[in-house]
Order: sequence, then C-alpha cells, then structure tokens
Amino acid sequence: MTDDPLWSIFVDACLINNFVLAYFLGICPFLGVSGKLETATRMGGAVVFVMLVSSACAYGIERVLTAIDAPYLRLISFIVVIASAVQLVEMFVRKWSPGLFRALGIFLPLITTNCAILGVALFQTNRGYDLLQSLVFALGAGAGFTLALGLMAGLRERLALAEVPDVVQGTAMTLLLAGILSISFMGFAGLGG
Amino acid sequence: MTEPSAPTGEDLWRGVWRDNPVFVQALGMCPVLAVSNTALNALAMGLATSFVLCMSNAVVSLLRSFIPRQVRIATYILIIATFVTVVDYLIRAVSLDLHRALGAFISLIVVNCLILGRAEAFASRHPVGPSILDGLGNGLGFSLALFALGAVREIVGSGRLFGVPLFHEGYQGWVVMILPSGGFFTLAAWLLVFNRVRAFRARAVPRAQEVPS
Repeated sequence: MTDDPLWSIFVDACLINNFVLAYFLGICPFLGVSGKLETATRMGGAVVFVMLVSSACAYGIERVLTAIDAPYLRLISFIVVIASAVQLVEMFVRKWSPGLFRALGIFLPLITTNCAILGVALFQTNRGYDLLQSLVFALGAGAGFTLALGLMAGLRERLALAEVPDVVQGTAMTLLLAGILSISFMGFAGLGG
Repeated sequence: MTEPSAPTGEDLWRGVWRDNPVFVQALGMCPVLAVSNTALNALAMGLATSFVLCMSNAVVSLLRSFIPRQVRIATYILIIATFVTVVDYLIRAVSLDLHRALGAFISLIVVNCLILGRAEAFASRHPVGPSILDGLGNGLGFSLALFALGAVREIVGSGRLFGVPLFHEGYQGWVVMILPSGGFFTLAAWLLVFNRVRAFRARAVPRAQEVPS
C-alpha cells in the first residue's frame, strides 16, 4: 500500500510520467491514429473508458490471485480479462448507443493490443494502489494519453500544409515531433509532490 | 498450409532485413523505444522477444489445425502469455538487476503486435520448420534494430558501450539521448537513414508507405 494523495497520482500519470511520452506505452495507436484531431479525441475517449474498466477488473483479480497464492497466473489472467472487457464494452456500447458505436468503429477492438491498458494494470499492481487510487491512476493515464494524442494530431494537421522534404515524411517526421513533445513534457517534472 | 514447403533460408532472412519488423514494418515500437537506453538492456529485450516469438510460432504452427477460427486470436494471446511468463521468471532467476531495469516491459511483450502479427500472418498457415525459422528471423531483425538504437543512445548519451567507457575522461554525455525523448530522436534518425538508402536504391519507385500498426 502507498499513501500518495490522489491528486499527486493523477498529475503523475497524466503529465509528469505521461504514458506515451515518458513510458512509451501505446505508441502504435499514437503513430497510427494521430492523423486527425477528431479521430484522435474519440480514440482517447475509448481508451479512457477501457482503462477504467480494466483497472477495476485488474484490482479484483490481483486480490483473488494473492488469496490463492498464484502470482504466476497474473499476466495471463490480466490479458484475458482485458480482452473480454473490451468485448463487453463493445457489446454494451452497441446496444446502448449505436451512434457512439459507429463513431468509435474499428478503434474499439484495436484497444485490446494497446499496451497502455495492460501497462496501467501492471503498474497499479506493482505500486500497490488500492481501488480508488487505481481508478484515479487509470483516469490520469487515460487523460495523459488523450492529451498526447490530441496534441500530436493538432501538430500533424498543421504539418499537412507545410512543405516537408521527401526523406523526412511519414513515420520519421512523426517521431521527431514526438521527441520534441516529450522534451516539453519534461518541464512538468517539477509539479509532483 | 498451401503446400508442404521445406524450411528455407528465405524464411530466416526475410525477417532480418527486407521485412525488418521495426525499420520497415514499424511493428512493436513500444519496447523498442522504452528499453533501448543502454545496449545491454536492448540486447536482453531482443533476446527475450526472440525466444517468445520462436516458441509461440512453433506452438501456434503445431496447433494450427486444431484451433477454431473464431477463437484463434484469444488462443494465440494465451499461448504468447504463457511463454512471456516463462521468460519473466527466467530473467528474474538469471539476473535480478536486469529484471529491474527492464521492469514491466517484459510482461508487456504479450501485447507486442509483432508477435501476434507473426502468429496470425505466418505461423497459422505454415508447418513448424518454416515457422520457427520465421520467428528466429524476425526475432533477429527485432534484436538488431533494438541494438542499433541502444548502442547509439548509450554511446552518445553516456560515452560508453556495454558499460565500457569509449572516450576520454572529460566526455560530457548528451543527457537528452538517455531520456525518453532520445528514443524518439534516435529511431527517427535511423528511419531517415533507411529512407535515404531506399530512395537511393530505387529512385523511380515511390517512397514506401508507412504501415500504421
């Protein structure tokens, strides 16, 4: 158990140790869907949602696994639960709000292989957060992911109008931008308690 | 499963160079950026991933006619997760320091899209021999890329390689290369080199499309 205050957990996950720019989690969607601001924010919303669900699930599993003394099953059960949580969320959203379902489209199933989700589950267990702390941590991580994705999409939308040399175009340019973003996020390092 | 083909060198080399997972296909970027801050970490991560890749390719290929199509992805993930757990405990037994340095990224091999991608695209359609070679080749290519990044970051960032100082005493490392942003910059630089080489080789062919994963 840690007794970090909730705001410090949130700020830490969202800004100081931003999941994308400091831990390199969820790079694939970061490079893949950051082309447009609109899709980026939707993707971010879906990720926040799945993160919260799987964070709560992971907390429950960890309690059970500790109780039956089988830590080697942790990884397998986490990934299975995340995959099924994504499926559940998908079915739920389809029934409950077809509009939102259409808007999210292919991004929902793709979230299963987003390492940021599994990362949240693993980090919260390693750090021994309790349920409330875990949820705040997941919320912070999701907000940080959305922030990074949104910033990147904004930059790339501007860049589409600029003249870029041929060699640098594509993934290389995106990575350079990400590096600069990452440097600027280091400025938040002083915020932590 | 189209024709019973014998394992060939082609299966091996395709992954190492022409379809290099990192530089060409842009798969499995997360661990590439995260644990490439020193050459040693990068190499260890590459080896761990190669092992998981080989084993999961072999098992998926063995079981390919028993796995129903509807649940194949879930089955692959389970197989991969099993081997990742094995590697996790193996590394902890060999070197606790290394385990601490790699941290959660060993567990995160599970969600490395490269491994699932190879299982789905190659191992589920080919016999065991070529599948193992394919895993080995892609693992090698992945390790090579990781090492290329790790070596550059360690040499420029701290003036050492595998912990051995390369320059004179007063060398001031570029701290930025060790920090997370250095990972982005180094990978971008390598991609530039590759783009340049490819553009040089085939002037007429349009620039290779980026493959989002």
